[in-house]
Amino acid sequence: MSQQSTKKGEMDLPVRLRYKETKREKTGVFFKKKVGWLFIIISVIAITIFNFYPMVQAFLLSFQSGMGGNLEYVGLENWKRLFGDPTFIAALTNTSIYLLIQVPLMIVLALFFSVLLNDPKLKFRGFFRIAIFLPCVTSLVAYSVIFKYLFGIDGIINQFLLNFGFIPETINFLADPFWAKVVIILAITWRWTGYNMIFYLAALQNVDKSIYEAARIDGANAFQQFFQITVPMLKPIILFTSITSTIGTLQIFDEIVNITNGGPGNATISISQYIYNLSFEYTPDFGYASTVSYVIVILVVILSIIQFRVAGERK
Amino acid sequence: MKSLKRIFIYTFLSLAAIVSIFPFLWMLVSITNKSVDVTQGRLLPGTHLIENMKTLFATVDIVPALANSAIIAVITTVLTLLLASLAGYGFEIHRSRGKDIVFNILLLSMMIPFAAIMVPLYRMFGSISDTAPLIGIDSLGAVILPTATTAFFIFFFRQNTKMFPKDLVEAGRIDGLSELGVFFRIYMPTMKTTYAAAAIITFMNSWNNYLWPLVILQSPEKRTIPLLISNLGSSYSPDYGVIMSAIVIATLPTALVFFLMQKHFVAGMMGSVKG
Repeated sequence: MSQQSTKKGEMDLPVRLRYKETKREKTGVFFKKKVGWLFIIISVIAITIFNFYPMVQAFLLSFQSGMGGNLEYVGLENWKRLFGDPTFIAALTNTSIYLLIQVPLMIVLALFFSVLLNDPKLKFRGFFRIAIFLPCVTSLVAYSVIFKYLFGIDGIINQFLLNFGFIPETINFLADPFWAKVVIILAITWRWTGYNMIFYLAALQNVDKSIYEAARIDGANAFQQFFQITVPMLKPIILFTSITSTIGTLQIFDEIVNITNGGPGNATISISQYIYNLSFEYTPDFGYASTVSYVIVILVVILSIIQFRVAGERK
Repeated sequence: MKSLKRIFIYTFLSLAAIVSIFPFLWMLVSITNKSVDVTQGRLLPGTHLIENMKTLFATVDIVPALANSAIIAVITTVLTLLLASLAGYGFEIHRSRGKDIVFNILLLSMMIPFAAIMVPLYRMFGSISDTAPLIGIDSLGAVILPTATTAFFIFFFRQNTKMFPKDLVEAGRIDGLSELGVFFRIYMPTMKTTYAAAAIITFMNSWNNYLWPLVILQSPEKRTIPLLISNLGSSYSPDYGVIMSAIVIATLPTALVFFLMQKHFVAGMMGSVKG
């Protein structure tokens, strides 16, 4: 192999393994450079067809209107319609409420659990870990149906609260605009806290124990250790989980449909459910549905940028 | 002071564990009770288990739904593992500036909300329904295709490939293996843990997927398990014992997969986190 084309790794090889390049192998070098593309080409094509191309399509659709297949361009009509559409405003408000309350609540809880469960002196550590992670094995639909029954008017939560005298009479959780939202938030938090905890536990393995040792000698209490050491050390993974959770909650669909079906009225409807209803439940209006869906896209982009910025500033 | 803190920690964790486990216990108790007992809040195991199972299999088409879900989940998992690992390997081992740019563009697709592309995808599959019914609307193929390639798993495999000893690739080439040969004969066997972790996540995601099958599948005999459970859950006169039995049966595969392969799962997650 000629000296120029020798890569760094090959220099370390024993001399007997290096050999002179024949003509055929020289064309092989060209092939070697291009062969990498063969590994990725199928995925690139598939993601283009099934992700990027539909995104462009949805963008074009957002300027069209009409029933079913009879679509025509209407300019910015759909975008204007958004601001005067009470169902859309309800969906946007509800989704924002879920996001603003549920994501921080879950991330703080998950961090808290992971710090407690990272203590090697803790008894029953394995049991607690598995117990808290257990909700992740359920399907979103299955656990939603279970939560719907648990919080039903004759459900076990009502019976429990009533028997122990916490409430004077049963609460119809799912028929009350406030409580229905609470149940949705509780449900998502129940399902996903353990999932995020696993990420933090994994990341905590990489944190050097001696840092805590040093902090303790300097007189830092548990809270100071948490905010001054743990949070900064886990910052990349906290950023990662908060972005994925934000994207997930912005798209929330399964839980809403199966716990409250958007009700009572539109008190719990989410943006995704509204898109689904516009496309497949009501008389289909694919154009307006696409406009609504672009609101999620815009929110995802804005929130991700903000989260990156916030994480960057604290450096 | 110290023991007070201990008591607080254990109480807190025990409460969390109870809250996490309770719905499972309730589910498991409910499948052994009559619907009436479930609504009356009975928390003790009953004797109605066999009865519930009989009613479930007699009145609900759970077997075809299980079969559909299994077919979809297995094919999706195999396709995802193959395509994502090929790409992750290609991006890391055959690294070049051009590919890095492509990689970053692909990562952007992770931010695309599914709800935003669901309508165009539906129209896309609708337009090919006549020419290719196997991947048209109301086909299992249409459920599989858009979910089988995800940038996340390409990222996942690339991150894990960073720990793969590159000398092995060179050694394989010297032994006369082709580029694909290196991948199949050396890379795949070495990266078993990564494949296992990816397999668990893909299988669970596919088994539990709800929105896309709901959009694309129409006939009752094509229904997957989540569609079936959603349907049962929204019925006006629910038989709780039977519905809970369906949920337990639907949850068993993912729970089993998870507990059998738990170690791989955590190892794989850590691999993608370290990066």
